[in-house]
Amino acid sequence: MDIYVVLKLVWAGLLCVLLIGLGLMVGMDMGVGTLLRFVGRTDGERRTALNIIGPHWDGNQVWFILGGGAIFAAFPTLYATSFSVFYVVMILLLFSMILRPVAFEYRSKVDARLWRASWDWVFLLSGFLPMFVYGAAFGNILQGVGYHFNWTGQYFQDGSFLAYLLNPFAILCGLMAVSLSVMQGGVMLMIRSDNPIHDRARRYASRAGVLAVVLFLAGGVWVRGIRGFVLEQGDPAMPANPMQGQHVSMQVGAWLNNYAAHPALWLLPVMGVVSMLAGVALVLANRPRVAWWTGLGAWVGTIGTVAASMFPFFMPSTTRPDQSLTIWNSSASQYGLTCMLAVATIFVPLILCYTSWCYYVMRGKVHTADIIKDTHSY
Amino acid sequence: MDLINPAVVDLSRFQFALTALYHFMFVPLTLGLTFMLAAMETVYVVTGKQIYKDMALFWGKLFGINFALGVATGLTMEFEFGTNWSMYSRFFGDMFGTPLAIEGLMAFFMESTFVGLMFFGWDRLSKPGHLAITYLVALGSNLSALWILVANASMNMPNGAHFDPETLRMTFDSFVGVVFNPDAQAKFVHTSVAGYVAASMFVMGISAFYLLRKQHREFAARSFRMAALFGIFSTVAVITLGDVLGRLDYEHQPTKIAAIEGLWHTSKPPYEPWIVAALPNDAKQESSYEIGVPFVLTPLITHSFDTPITGMIELEEAAAPRIASGITAVSALRRYEENHQAADLELFRAHQDDMGFGLLATRHAPNQDVTAIEPEQLQNVIEQTKPDILPNVFVTFWSFRLMVFLGMFFFVLFAMASYLSLKNQLERNRLFLKLCMWSIPLPVLATEFGWITAEAGRQPWTVFDRLPTFMSASTHGVSYMLFSLAGFTVLYSIFIAVELYLMFKFARLGPEAHAPHDDHADPAHLSVVAH
Repeated sequence: MDIYVVLKLVWAGLLCVLLIGLGLMVGMDMGVGTLLRFVGRTDGERRTALNIIGPHWDGNQVWFILGGGAIFAAFPTLYATSFSVFYVVMILLLFSMILRPVAFEYRSKVDARLWRASWDWVFLLSGFLPMFVYGAAFGNILQGVGYHFNWTGQYFQDGSFLAYLLNPFAILCGLMAVSLSVMQGGVMLMIRSDNPIHDRARRYASRAGVLAVVLFLAGGVWVRGIRGFVLEQGDPAMPANPMQGQHVSMQVGAWLNNYAAHPALWLLPVMGVVSMLAGVALVLANRPRVAWWTGLGAWVGTIGTVAASMFPFFMPSTTRPDQSLTIWNSSASQYGLTCMLAVATIFVPLILCYTSWCYYVMRGKVHTADIIKDTHSY
Repeated sequence: MDLINPAVVDLSRFQFALTALYHFMFVPLTLGLTFMLAAMETVYVVTGKQIYKDMALFWGKLFGINFALGVATGLTMEFEFGTNWSMYSRFFGDMFGTPLAIEGLMAFFMESTFVGLMFFGWDRLSKPGHLAITYLVALGSNLSALWILVANASMNMPNGAHFDPETLRMTFDSFVGVVFNPDAQAKFVHTSVAGYVAASMFVMGISAFYLLRKQHREFAARSFRMAALFGIFSTVAVITLGDVLGRLDYEHQPTKIAAIEGLWHTSKPPYEPWIVAALPNDAKQESSYEIGVPFVLTPLITHSFDTPITGMIELEEAAAPRIASGITAVSALRRYEENHQAADLELFRAHQDDMGFGLLATRHAPNQDVTAIEPEQLQNVIEQTKPDILPNVFVTFWSFRLMVFLGMFFFVLFAMASYLSLKNQLERNRLFLKLCMWSIPLPVLATEFGWITAEAGRQPWTVFDRLPTFMSASTHGVSYMLFSLAGFTVLYSIFIAVELYLMFKFARLGPEAHAPHDDHADPAHLSVVAH
């Protein structure tokens, strides 16, 4: 196989890893944010919940930033087009995201009821909304997006943002992502807190897990009736230019074609469902540490299922299907992908090592009594 | 050629400038304070004196308030290239995305992961262990600045990439060319050291506040001295590297340097004065009320006494053949995209270095299509395009001067501060202490003027000589832009109000309130607060 094709595939794979890391790590912190008002009834309890993720949320958030950076570097055309096409949604996501670091740092610095209550609502918003948008984005690209390019490579949008916010399938996908994030957040709270937070977190985590399974299966059935896209013609080694070189057709149910061609791919959705169910069982059995790892399985299964359905598409175009963005036509150059691969090979393992070490240093339960005494905490 | 609505381009530029300038209010302090915290903690670990730990904890708390906003507003920047500069991102992303992604992988991850341990790990790590973490945070934040400035430098001096007609974008071809871009190296040191100046002024000013009130005197005197010495070295470095940058602009961005110096006509060495103040008029292409110091400009810019510096009018004239050649390039490229004839490709290759100038002519071409200019219209289009190669002279000229004047003021201030601090005469000079206190925001202001000089001076290009700004934006409607702009304005206004409130609150409380024994968070009171 052409080396350029291999690089494109490797980077598409790495992008999946980043999206999984984002869902798992950022999703977990956002789940805690969403649950904050529900697992914590008193200020001390809420501060306990915040301080459980306090030392790590900033590092975890880099998964999100790196997700953006990696798409920019490895698939610049995808970055340029998708961020612009989803403008209003992206800006809303951004607004809720930038409120979060501020909320962490500022909430407990002033001892006033209204002040802290306001920031608690900010945590709810900035936990729920980004994960919802994250899931809804997958819902939208599965249905295709209206856009085309002119000869210079400038994109033009052929649809309204309202359609991307308010369509039922996207809402389903958005709620699915929120469910997974709430589950993971609840599991993390269980690992590092005592009662009463522990038991409340357990209740929400198990419910969210059940909801995630139901939504995942419903989405799977729904996809059969959705218009999918088929790459009829297009050389994987083509120069990365979306303006020419592809022929794409649209068919209802086409997103299941890859599964028909390669039945082994069914393992991915199965893995997702099994992980979610196992997670619920483990949460109910008070085994949150193992449940944390099944949460990883749930995200691998979910993102993997979407990737397997859409391969090799990233963001199909409904108005000019031939200009749909695929792994082949939206990547960086061979040189750029090679450089980035070298850098990633060095730093990704390093990041995983020191992130794990930080969790190790800060291990153990967080007690409400200690938090109230400590002025350095959130 | 489907030009983007000029109002949308202007709004996109305004939004980018607003969010970048806002982001850059917090970054300089982060860059410098991390190293000052590391220095304080080093003294603590070496000498074991509690006061240095108190210093690290207290300044660390103020650092945290500032850091949160730096991180939050940085998120905007990572998104904005995609959401608002789609054409730019597609055209230049192959190269430009790489330093941004490396910034995340190498620097931002390290900084963000360890900053949690820096705040929360005091009791969980050994003294040297915690010190190492603090240094890693400092290293991470500065490496982060390095990669961002590598990316920024590539817009000003697009090394390490060439245009590829097959993909219609700049193709990345030399990692070394990008990383060792001389502009990037000089910019990195100039900008990060400017951050150290800002942090020094911050620590010095707040210490001066305590000295004026005769509070926390030992703590304040030690912090003041450390900041004053750190500040004087940093200011010297900023000025030195500023000189290097000026020389690089002279070599690679002649329009920028001519605009910075308000030089309408080619200079006459050695007499040519350095203009201290003037009122440049962009429309008339002349300046009034010029006040200059003779014999300074030539050695300042060229480091020689006899080399002339090309003026803006002459640069415009020199651009005329490049505009003509660029129009040929764009037309050949379009024909090649449609028919794939080797002859068109060959013609394009002969003119490809001027393609950006052809794109620049788009606005003045009939139907805004440079590929359909009739021969008799060509001269007219070229004449109309010529003035477009210049940045806004008034803005570039004055933002540069304000930055330089502030830099000179800092030099004097830090020199006096170091002298008075070493002679232990600070508390007698109350007026000087007040001056130090009121100067806290000035270095941040100076870095903002620096950003405006560099980026307004880069206009009319996003990628210098390659891609005009008016083609780089996303094709949004005005309403989208108003929506995002309104949101940013509201959010950012709230943030700055809260930030200033907390900064004042904790600065007034002072270091003592920070020590564990002085705990004002009463548990009984807190449980009443909740719900």
